[in-house]
Amino acid sequence: MTAQMTRKLMRLVFVDTVVESLATNTKLALVTADISSPFFNEARAKAPERVINVGIREQAMIGIAGGLALAGYRPIVHTYAPFLIERPFEQIKISLAHQDVGAILVGIGSSYDNIPRGRTHQSPGDVALLDTVPGWTVHVPGHEDEVEPLLRKAIAGDDRVYLRLSDKVHSEEIPVADGFTVLRRGSAGVVVAVGPVLADVLAATSTMDVTVLYASTIRPFDHAGLRAAVVASAPNVVMVEPYLRGTSAHEVAEALGDVPHRLQSHGVRRDQEVRAYGSAADHDRLHGLDAASLTESITGFLERTGASR
Amino acid sequence: MEQTIRDHFVRMVGDNEHMLSLTSTRDVLWVLYDRVLNVSPANIDDPDRDRFYLSKGHGPMAYYAVLAEKGFIDPDELNTWAKLGSPIGLHPDRVLIPGVEISSGSLGQGLPLGVGSAIGLRADGRSARVVVMLGDGEFDEGSNHEAIAIAGRLGLEHLTAIVIDNSSASLGWPDGIAKRFEVENWRATTVDGRDHEELYEALTKEPDGRPQAVIAMIHDSAGGMA
Repeated sequence: MTAQMTRKLMRLVFVDTVVESLATNTKLALVTADISSPFFNEARAKAPERVINVGIREQAMIGIAGGLALAGYRPIVHTYAPFLIERPFEQIKISLAHQDVGAILVGIGSSYDNIPRGRTHQSPGDVALLDTVPGWTVHVPGHEDEVEPLLRKAIAGDDRVYLRLSDKVHSEEIPVADGFTVLRRGSAGVVVAVGPVLADVLAATSTMDVTVLYASTIRPFDHAGLRAAVVASAPNVVMVEPYLRGTSAHEVAEALGDVPHRLQSHGVRRDQEVRAYGSAADHDRLHGLDAASLTESITGFLERTGASR
Repeated sequence: MEQTIRDHFVRMVGDNEHMLSLTSTRDVLWVLYDRVLNVSPANIDDPDRDRFYLSKGHGPMAYYAVLAEKGFIDPDELNTWAKLGSPIGLHPDRVLIPGVEISSGSLGQGLPLGVGSAIGLRADGRSARVVVMLGDGEFDEGSNHEAIAIAGRLGLEHLTAIVIDNSSASLGWPDGIAKRFEVENWRATTVDGRDHEELYEALTKEPDGRPQAVIAMIHDSAGGMA
């Protein structure tokens, strides 16, 4: 964890932005399922017809969002990620995507923010699941300052957006961009850091001759940005994502379809369910996402091409 | 009208042998589109129109037939039913058919959608109705009961759920379906799903602050028009 006590949680940035937007945008609606609902008590008192807490009813929560969209509203839907994406996934597929209506899903909990609660409150497969349904924009902010501009852009649109909030943050001030931002240039390969893993990636690659790309928006995937970076560096790609390992492998393959390349994927491990409590930092290590583990694995990957330093 | 609807069926399925499973919704749909709903091809983009959501997307031929009879679908389109490139198939697709308000087929999706639209229309200050049709088998889906609870608490008086009850729920509904609504602050009425006057009366009651459920009993799915 790199979050400092003085920094504002992404969740609270989300709350403040939504409360302000509800006051000025009369076509904006919020649907919650108890989680975070008390934060919106005042907003609900001012606009009870469009600030709705449905209780612990996540399937209906998504369906109601779809119905609001059909009636011309821009719905924001919010709860813990596993109950937002995994539990009502068929509603996401049918009541949003198949109806061809938009909504903004805002999840907290991320892959494993709330370690003491165990697997039930972890959602490492959320982005991979959304990849099975076309048309989703996926934002994975790594810094709390990225949340507001990403959310405001989503509110202004009419598409389907997933905003994946996390407790873990980095300290880099990077302007929000649609695609990849080049943070460092090198000749041995390209390392892509998505959202909150950036601090560990920067530490792990500090002495490596690699290009480092950063993304707070991972869908749509910036094919052109990756391709340009690889052409300027070397066709060795390392994806470091804070969710299920290999989630963006298919996107890399598409981006580099006619470029012989190697890919190493980092993320939450797929081969087993990690049944351990402890801290988020412990789980970073168990999943190989801490700086030391990344240094070792990325070095080995690049050394196999003789291009590491 | 009955013969016309039957002719539309034949365009789709080619004969009368498949009629049995297609007709349970027919009378309710006809009463809705002929006498109850404020919706027509002329106002399908009007935000004040009434909405009809066919949640029970299975066997939608009666729906297509009524839509064709009311001018939403070119009757010649019915000849293309389920063929490559046709807008009409076993489950309705709102993107492909003007006048179809929701895409359905996966059970338990329509009522939550209807609740959301009723919330939105009320927030707009509109009195347009949202009418959702379900089947008694579909009623098994838990998402319906989430939506029933929410709609009852919110007092969505312009929302109507019609449940076509032809006893197709595998485990049945002891004491009837109406009680499932009543306990959640809905007004529930059970009628003969073939009786047009009973249906009309149930579907045109004045709003009373509660959402309304109409349980349409179908004792003979192959029965004629009342």
